Amino acid sequence: MARIVVDPVTRIEGHLRIEAEVNGGAVSDAWSSGTMFRGIEMILRGRDPREAWIWTQRICGVCTTVHALTSVRAVEDALGIEVPENASLIRNIIGASQYVQDHVIHFYHLHALDWVDVTLALKADPGKTSQLAESISPWPKSSRAYFKEIQDRVKALVETKQLSLFSSGYWGHPAYHLPPEANLLAVAHYVEALEFQRDYIRIHAVLGGKNPHLQTYLVGGMSTAMDSNEPQATINPERITFLAELASKAQAFVDQVYIPDVLAVAGFYRDWFGRGEGLGNFLSYGDFPQGSIKDPSRFYLQRGAIFNRDLSKVYPVDPANVTEYVTHSWYDYSDGDQNGKHPYQGETSPKYTGPKPPFEHLEVDQKYSWLKAPRYQDHPMEVGPLSRMLVAYASGHPEVKAAVDGVLAKLNAPATALFSTLGRIAARAIEAHVMAGLVSKWVAELGDKLGHGDLRVHNGEKWDPDTWPKQAQGFGFHEAPRGSLGHWVQIEEKKIKNYQCVVPTTWNAGPRDGKGQRGAYEASLLKTPIADPERPLEILRTIHSFDPCLACAVHVVDGHGRRYTVQEAR
Amino acid sequence: MLPSNRSLSGALQQKGINRRRFLKFCSLMTATLALPPRYVAQVAAALEKARKPVLVWLQFQDCAGNSESILRSSHPTVLEVVLDLFSWEYHELIMAGAGHQAEAALERVVREEKGKFIAVVEGAIPLADDGVYCTVGGRTALDIARHVCPNAAATIAAGACAWDGGLVRAYPNPTGAVGISEAVPEATVINLGGCPQNPVNTAAVLVHYLTFGQLPAVDQFNRPLFAYGRIIHDQCERRAHYDAGRYVQEWDDEGHRRGWCLYKMGCKGPQATFNCPSVRWNDGTSWPVKAGHGCLACASHRFWDTRSPFYDRLPTVPGFGVDVTAGEIGLGITAVVAGATVVHGIASAVRDRMRPLPPAASPSVSNEPPRKA
Repeated sequence: MARIVVDPVTRIEGHLRIEAEVNGGAVSDAWSSGTMFRGIEMILRGRDPREAWIWTQRICGVCTTVHALTSVRAVEDALGIEVPENASLIRNIIGASQYVQDHVIHFYHLHALDWVDVTLALKADPGKTSQLAESISPWPKSSRAYFKEIQDRVKALVETKQLSLFSSGYWGHPAYHLPPEANLLAVAHYVEALEFQRDYIRIHAVLGGKNPHLQTYLVGGMSTAMDSNEPQATINPERITFLAELASKAQAFVDQVYIPDVLAVAGFYRDWFGRGEGLGNFLSYGDFPQGSIKDPSRFYLQRGAIFNRDLSKVYPVDPANVTEYVTHSWYDYSDGDQNGKHPYQGETSPKYTGPKPPFEHLEVDQKYSWLKAPRYQDHPMEVGPLSRMLVAYASGHPEVKAAVDGVLAKLNAPATALFSTLGRIAARAIEAHVMAGLVSKWVAELGDKLGHGDLRVHNGEKWDPDTWPKQAQGFGFHEAPRGSLGHWVQIEEKKIKNYQCVVPTTWNAGPRDGKGQRGAYEASLLKTPIADPERPLEILRTIHSFDPCLACAVHVVDGHGRRYTVQEAR
Repeated sequence: MLPSNRSLSGALQQKGINRRRFLKFCSLMTATLALPPRYVAQVAAALEKARKPVLVWLQFQDCAGNSESILRSSHPTVLEVVLDLFSWEYHELIMAGAGHQAEAALERVVREEKGKFIAVVEGAIPLADDGVYCTVGGRTALDIARHVCPNAAATIAAGACAWDGGLVRAYPNPTGAVGISEAVPEATVINLGGCPQNPVNTAAVLVHYLTFGQLPAVDQFNRPLFAYGRIIHDQCERRAHYDAGRYVQEWDDEGHRRGWCLYKMGCKGPQATFNCPSVRWNDGTSWPVKAGHGCLACASHRFWDTRSPFYDRLPTVPGFGVDVTAGEIGLGITAVVAGATVVHGIASAVRDRMRPLPPAASPSVSNEPPRKA
C-alpha cells in the first residue's frame, strides 16, 4: 500500500492537495484538502452591503463575475429589490459568456494536457493531421501548412531545451493514448483557444469595463447605461453589433473546434466513461431568469436534485436544506463538531490542528482541510456542468436534451456513461454549446430593447440606505460555471452583519462530514487505476474533470459575532 | 532554416511572425514605457539577442485574477510572453506538471538560475500562526517566498495582494497577510498594483527588463512611473464633463446615458494614479469608467481600506483649496479618511497638474484606517 500525495495540484485555481492510498494498482481511499484560507466574509463585516459584490468578486479571479452577481442578488433579496428586465438580460449575457469562456479555457488550458502528450505532436504527419481535422470539422484552419507551422514551433521550443510551461509534464506516460496527429491537432487548438479566450472576453470588457473583475454591477441593476443615440452610452447600437460579432464567432469556435475535439479525444479514451463516477447525487440551483428571479420555474436552466443516479426523478430544491459540517475541517463549532449548520446559523472559528509545516502527510483521520463539508438534506452532492445538464436532461429541457442526445449518439454511449470523468467533460462541452447560442440570442434581445427605447438598467428606489429596514437578510444564488453558488447576507443598521458563501468547489472538494461520508472528489477517485504512482496522471484526470476552484471554496464567517482567535501579525 | 532558435526573433519567425510585426510590437512596448522612439531599435536589438530568461510565477493567498489577466495579454500575446520572451517554468494555474514534478521544476530554477531568473508573485502572504493559512506542497507561503525571491534577479508583485496584502489584508486582516516586500524585505521588488494588474503594464516591465537589464523607474511605492505616474482624473474621457459641472446625479439618469462625470457616484479617479484610461483593458476595449461605474482606485496603496466605502463621494480634507493638486488631495484623504464630501464647485477648480504622491503618503496609510461602527 502506498500513499500518494499530489500537492500542488496544478492547472486549477487555488491550492488543492490530494492524498490517496493505492492498493493493487488502484486507489483504495482518497482525501481532498484545501490548503489556503483568507477569511473574506470576516473582512466584509461592518461594510456597506451595496459594495459587497466588489469584495466578494475577489474570492476568485478565474470565476470572476460569479460572486459579484451572487452578491448583488443576495442584497437585492434582502432588501426586496426587483431589477429591470434589461439588467437581468445583461447579467444573463455576462453569465452565459463566462460559461463559454471558462469551459473553453478549462478544456484546452487546464485539462487537455492530461490527455494530450505535447511531445508526441513532433511525430505527427502534418498532412495526415490536416485530413484528420477536416474529417471531424469544417473549421477552416486545417491546412497541412498550418499544422506544419505549429509543429515547427513545437520543434523550435524543444530545441531550445527551454520547454517553459511544458517542462514538467508527465510526457511518455503509458496512459496517453492519442495518435501523434491528434496530439498535434490538440496543440494547435490549445494555441487557438488562447487567442479565442482573449478576444471573446471583450464581451465582458464592453459590459463590465474589464475582465477579470468586472466593475458594472449595482445593487438594483447595472451601471451599463443604454442609449441608442448616444455614442458615450455604455450600450449603444455600435456596441451591440460588436457584441453580436463576438457571440457569433464563439458559436463557431465551440461547434467547430471545442465539441469536435472533445468527441475525438473521448473516442480514444472510452474506458474513462467507466471511471471517476463519484457520488451519483447531483444538485443545481438553476439559473438564467426569464422574468422575475423569484420564479425558478421560468429559469432557463432548471432547479433540482438527482439522487443515486436515478434520472427518472428530479427532486425540488430548497436552499433551507443546505448545511455545512466541520468535523474534518480546521474549524470549531461551539456545540461540537458532529452536526451540520445552515449558513444563517453558521459559525466559524478557524482552528488549525494539522501538522506543523513543512509536513509530509496530513492527519486524515482527524481534521485535514480548510474547506467545510456542505450537504443537502445530509447528502453529499456533486455540482457543476454535469449536474446542471443531468437535471435539465431529466427535466426534459428541449435544447439540452437534443444536445445531450446528439453527443451521446456520436459517442455511441448511453446516458449512464455520463456518470464519469469523461461525462463531466462532455457535459461541459454541451453546456458551452447551449450557452454560446444563448449569448447570441440575448444580445439580439438587448438590441431590440435598445431599438424600442426600453433603456432602464437600474432600479434606484432602495439605493439610499435610509430606505432600508433596520434588519434584513437574503439569499443570492447563481449557477456558476463550476456549479451551485449561494451567498447568505444579514444586514443590520445599513451594514453587513454576517455574510456566508457556500461555493461550488466546497461541494465538490470538501472533506468527509460528521457521518464519515466522502466528498465528491474523494468518492470519484475510488478504484481509479494508477499505472505509475510517481506520476499519478489518472488522479489529475478525474480531479481536473471537476474544474476545481479552491480560492472560491475556502471561506469563513462568524455567525455569532464572536471575534477571531487569530492575531494580526503586525 | 534560421541559424538559431534560441533568440526571440528566431522563435518569432518560427511562428511566422515577420520582422514588421516584430517591430510593431517593439514600438508598442516602447510607447507604453514612454520611451523616445529612438529606443525602438534598442528594444528590438535586445530582444533579438536575448536567450530566454527563466520566469517563475508563485501563487499564494490569491484569486488567480492576475494570472487570468496575463492570459488576456494582446501585444505581446500570452503565448509570446511565456514561450518566446521567457521560459515560464513554474506557474500553478497553467503549467503541465503537478505535485513533486512541479516542486522539482521550481527547485531547479532556484538552484541553477540563481540571480538570473524573474519571480512573479501573486497573492498575499499570511504571517499569523506560523503561516498555516497558506501551504503549497506542505510548505508555507512564507517559507517558499523566502526561498525563491531573494534568489531572483527581480521579483514582480502582480496585483494589489502581492504588493501590499490587498483585500486579504483589509481590516481585520484575519490571517496576518502582508505583501511580498514586507514578507521578504531582502528581495528586489517592483510593485504592479491594480486589482488585477493590467497585462499591458506587466508585459512592458518584462520587456524593459529584457532590453535594459534593469527595472524601469519607480515611484515611492516601487511602482513603475510609466504606469502609475499620472492621475486617472487627469486622463479621464469624462473629464470635460467634470470641468463643465455635468454630473451623473443618480444611476441610469440622463447624464449617465450621456457619459457625464461619475464623481458624485463615488468615483475615486481624482485620488487614483494608474494608466487605465489610456491603455484600457482587454485589448484596449474599455475600462470601468467608460462602462459607467466609478473608479475604485484599485492601484492605490491599501485601497480596500483607504478608498472605501466605494460609493461615498471623496471627502473634504484639511488644506483643500483651489490651488491644490489632485495628488495632494489624495494625500490628505489617505491621512484622515474623513466621511464628509467635497464641495463640488471647489473641486471643479482642481488643476490638472500631475505629480506622484510625495513620500510622506507612505506612513499615513500604514495604520489600519478607522472603521465606522
